[in-house]
Amino acid sequence: MSTNQNYIELFREKEKILEKASPSFMKEIRQDAMDHFSKTGIPGRKSELYKHTSLQKIFEPNYSIQLQPSKVDFKVEDIFTCDVPNLKTRLEIILNGFYLGKKPSLSRLDNGIIIGSLSEALRQYPDLVKEYLTKHAGTRSDGLVSLNTAFALDGLFIYVPKGQVMDDAVQVVHLAMTGLDTLLHYRNLFIMEDNASAKVIVCDHTLSPFRFLTNSVTEIYAGPGARLNYSRVQNEHLNSNLLTNLFIHQEKDSQVISNTITLHSGTVRNNTHVLLNAEDCDSQVYGLSLADRSQHIDNYVNIDHAKPNCTSTQLFKGILDEQSTGVFNGRILVRPDAQKTIAYQTNNNILMSDEAKMNTKPQLEIYADDVQCSHGATTGQLDENALFYMQSRGIPRKEARLLMLYAFAHEVIDKIEVAPLKNRINGLVDKRLRGELSRCNNCSMACRDTPLPI
Amino acid sequence: MLLIKELKVNVAGKEILYGINLEVKAGEVHAIMGPNGSGKSTLAAALAGRDTIDVIHGSVKYMGEDLLEMDPEERAKKGIFLGFQYPVEIPGVSMVNFMKTAVNEHRIFQGKEPLSAGDFLKYMRERKELVEFDSQLTNRSVNEGFSGGEKKKNEIFQMALIEPKLAILDETDSGLDIDALRVVANGVNALKNKDNATIVITHYQRLLDYIVPDFVHVLFQGRIVKSSGRELALELEEKGYDWIRAEANGQV
Repeated sequence: MSTNQNYIELFREKEKILEKASPSFMKEIRQDAMDHFSKTGIPGRKSELYKHTSLQKIFEPNYSIQLQPSKVDFKVEDIFTCDVPNLKTRLEIILNGFYLGKKPSLSRLDNGIIIGSLSEALRQYPDLVKEYLTKHAGTRSDGLVSLNTAFALDGLFIYVPKGQVMDDAVQVVHLAMTGLDTLLHYRNLFIMEDNASAKVIVCDHTLSPFRFLTNSVTEIYAGPGARLNYSRVQNEHLNSNLLTNLFIHQEKDSQVISNTITLHSGTVRNNTHVLLNAEDCDSQVYGLSLADRSQHIDNYVNIDHAKPNCTSTQLFKGILDEQSTGVFNGRILVRPDAQKTIAYQTNNNILMSDEAKMNTKPQLEIYADDVQCSHGATTGQLDENALFYMQSRGIPRKEARLLMLYAFAHEVIDKIEVAPLKNRINGLVDKRLRGELSRCNNCSMACRDTPLPI
Repeated sequence: MLLIKELKVNVAGKEILYGINLEVKAGEVHAIMGPNGSGKSTLAAALAGRDTIDVIHGSVKYMGEDLLEMDPEERAKKGIFLGFQYPVEIPGVSMVNFMKTAVNEHRIFQGKEPLSAGDFLKYMRERKELVEFDSQLTNRSVNEGFSGGEKKKNEIFQMALIEPKLAILDETDSGLDIDALRVVANGVNALKNKDNATIVITHYQRLLDYIVPDFVHVLFQGRIVKSSGRELALELEEKGYDWIRAEANGQV
């Protein structure tokens, strides 16, 4: 409780700063979120949804909270270079939760696409932002979302108007780099109007050897006929805790494909909420987790089939080594109205050590009678017969294991639509499985990737 | 090439082979026959290095070296090839990637340059023709969705790529129709030369019409109870295994 109390007091203390940073209508929204937080607090282990991930422990250390942009006297490009080859992207950097770099911080392109800082968008296009911000995440869902709503000041904003296609993928790199243990919030809002189309890649990285807790919210609105391909790469150091809350709202005939590759981090919890709010929507949610040492990766997916004739596919795979732990919890809700729903869910895991653990739970709630739903979960070890078969052809056991793990992971990587990114992820996963990728790649800081004492 | 002396092995604590003696020289073809459960596959797996098999007694020398001390992959690289009775499906691992890795492991071991992707594909095409292997199958995952006959042909195809010194074919004929049997046998014969040797493990003499053995051994209850020329195979075909059983029990 004391932790919750701290944040309530912190909010009171920082109210003026928060007020000054955003338009006045945000005041009420923040207050509403905080009121809700003071009732619920950070979800505890008693909550069924957080049974296997102790948020209390993550929130325990004494973090300083980041409420203004960091002053940087160097070029971020010097420290961080994204080396996805041939990836023609529009690169946007969010440092410690605040938009960095480009001037102006918000651009309006010729075809009406608006992209850049959310805080700037709140100032320049308050009516547009107001219509969508918090409308999909709500201010009263879980404590993490409330906390984000109360404290998040910036993030990335993308608006693609009716019928427009964003040719190049947008790459949003969230960097954490401070000189002390820090709690970070960022908020992304992507609005895709009717028949708009875009590809977005989101990367999470840490660049300094301190303890980080990132509590993020991303809201996506996909209007009728909109197409969005959303890929995430999570690659942070062992002392980072990453909490992501993704809300996807889909309208008629829209398609949103999301793909989350968790390569490295301390504790990761990804909440993905999809609302299929009209007929003929397609939702595809994919995830791949690679964990070792004391890492903990928890994926929660909730697909709400509210209307008929929609399809959803969930495919999550995990490879867990050493003492790492994983959780998958996939809920499919088919409302009484949602006839002709097709919903699939698969979760496959490989445990590489005796100590690694996986908890997996499908949760299907079906209130319509004419639906096609399936779920399947497996957790096991590599097939010894297959390993011996490869060895008997001269392939060393270690290499045989890699070939099999790689094949296992490939099914998820294959779903990434941006080809250069797919190749890059293939390379990173290969490195990760070989144990050559022990912390944020591309980082020139020689931070020790060892757990800090609590 | 291969010298097995007094080999005794256990599987899951149960003694399966009770003292095998066998010598195989370069250029020879040996057939090992015997009824079900006599230990034929166990012998093959022991030679390939399967770790579920415990060698409790005896020695196996291969090219003058202690075979039992080697890992399965080392045995393979030194020239031993096991054709599996039940080839394993490996979902997601492509045939091309699998065999390219295997062939290049062999090449590196022999001090040769690994083949580039292009050179490997060329080499693969040549070998496919030699053993009449369907070219579409190499685009798939290892053995995944292959028919029984395709799996067995795939074993011979892999053998053709690897060019082993000592091939041990474990019931490669089981489940094959007559055409597939001919393809498999032709492949084995095409790969035969004076420097390599083959051990054919089979239940039926049918395969031996195509692959002519120099020696036939009968394995029964974990022992080789009879060794002779190829005429022994014909005798077994005619009389079955009962007389072997009777003779063996008489000896005990």
